[in-house]
Amino acid sequence: MSSNIAGPQGTGTYRVKRGLAEMMKGGVIMDVVTAGQARIAEDAGACAVMALERVPADIRRDGGVARMSDPQMIEEIKAAVTIPVMAKVRIGHFVEAQILQALGVDYIDESEVLTPADETHHIDKFAFTVPFVCGATNLGEALRRISEGACMIRSKGEAGSGNIVEAVRHLRSIIGDIRKITQADSAELFQWAKQLQAPLPLVQEIAETGWLPVPLFCAGGIAIPADAALAMQLGAEAIFVGSGIFKSDDPSPRAKAIVEATTHFRDADILAKVSRGLGAPMTGIGMDEINQRFAERGW
Amino acid sequence: MNVVTPAPQGTVGVLALQGAFHAHVSVLSELGARTREVRTPDDLAGVNALVMPGGESTTMGYLLGTAELYDPIQRRLDTGMPVFGTCAGMILLASKVLDGRVGQRGFGAIDIAVRRNGYGRQVDSFERDIEVVGLDDPYHAVFIRAPKVESVGADVTVLAMDDGVPVLARQGSVLVASFHPELTDDHRLHAMFLRIVHTATATAA
Repeated sequence: MSSNIAGPQGTGTYRVKRGLAEMMKGGVIMDVVTAGQARIAEDAGACAVMALERVPADIRRDGGVARMSDPQMIEEIKAAVTIPVMAKVRIGHFVEAQILQALGVDYIDESEVLTPADETHHIDKFAFTVPFVCGATNLGEALRRISEGACMIRSKGEAGSGNIVEAVRHLRSIIGDIRKITQADSAELFQWAKQLQAPLPLVQEIAETGWLPVPLFCAGGIAIPADAALAMQLGAEAIFVGSGIFKSDDPSPRAKAIVEATTHFRDADILAKVSRGLGAPMTGIGMDEINQRFAERGW
Repeated sequence: MNVVTPAPQGTVGVLALQGAFHAHVSVLSELGARTREVRTPDDLAGVNALVMPGGESTTMGYLLGTAELYDPIQRRLDTGMPVFGTCAGMILLASKVLDGRVGQRGFGAIDIAVRRNGYGRQVDSFERDIEVVGLDDPYHAVFIRAPKVESVGADVTVLAMDDGVPVLARQGSVLVASFHPELTDDHRLHAMFLRIVHTATATAA
């Protein structure tokens, strides 16, 4: 009784950081590179925008080193919309994160889409007031990120590919292992922790609750409304769309359709209705055509 | 939290377009209420009360439109359906929204003016104990990019204040909170809402 009456007080607490992830559930977070795109995203019902200089498809095309965005560009996007604004930092680049926190960004994505700054360490995310989301390809990676303070996990998928296959692989791997852990006995949990290279208390928590301690979102390769609904039916709790919207022929109707598909993800009649007449999606690429896999970044 | 609550006669709907609706469903279920996620007018027809969760009010506003839920919800509210709005839900129910988007439509179910993101951005989000009228012990309130109540009408009862600002208020069978009671294990405010639902359904019967 009264377990919560005397909780931690103040800003930047774990509950406050995790709470914003809870508020984004069932929503769509859209990559935008200008204030104009941010307004289109907000009008289309996005629950947040990700401010960046180039969408992943362009980062892939251009090559070179991809870094944090220019603060001026982030501020323009912050000023343009009332919904939360996220921004990306390079894996391990805690100074980029300090700068984004100083800018008042609402969520930081420590992202494999940018060129990693540290090939051993991720950021100590407990050291920040602003919450972090991190990508994962499997449950072990997800739990290592959570143990470093991530308050939201997303599948990595293969960003900028327009191909959902990797996101499906990652979601199935994470959620499949969660299901197996809920069937494991207490002795087997030690083996699971060893096999996943993850902290035992987090594995035990999954065994007890049947889910990650933070929300699990889908990112990487979503191009059409059906992709969003597929991820939601597989168990994702919200959707990131990167290149899929603003690399398509007609971004606004596609953005709206993906928002509706994410809400009504089990209603095939609504999915059929919103999928009609959207114009051409981004072309997309097959995994065998890709020479740089972003998902392999992160440890 | 061990709370004695009369189970309401009917079904409590939770608006499930976007946001923290699962958390509300779990709390209400733990309190013994029958619940239903509401995404369409058909879903709404089967409920006796409605919870509007936290999330993004602009997103929910967009989806209320595409799902053709605005008018049916308005009609139900006009005829006394009990409703509990938290955070974004409070924005949707307020009679006046400051700093909202142009054309953002609300239900005007409670006579309050609220400012969107009135406490600042996520780095300003906070949790703190508050005193609630009718509760013996303090309530631990979690504020996430919360709307700020700037004025309340004469018919509104303020049930809790934080730093001089109303954060929990009631007008008839409309209950609103600028914070997130669904994010803690303390279910006393949901129990308070279920008592409102119980009274309303008993009166209707």
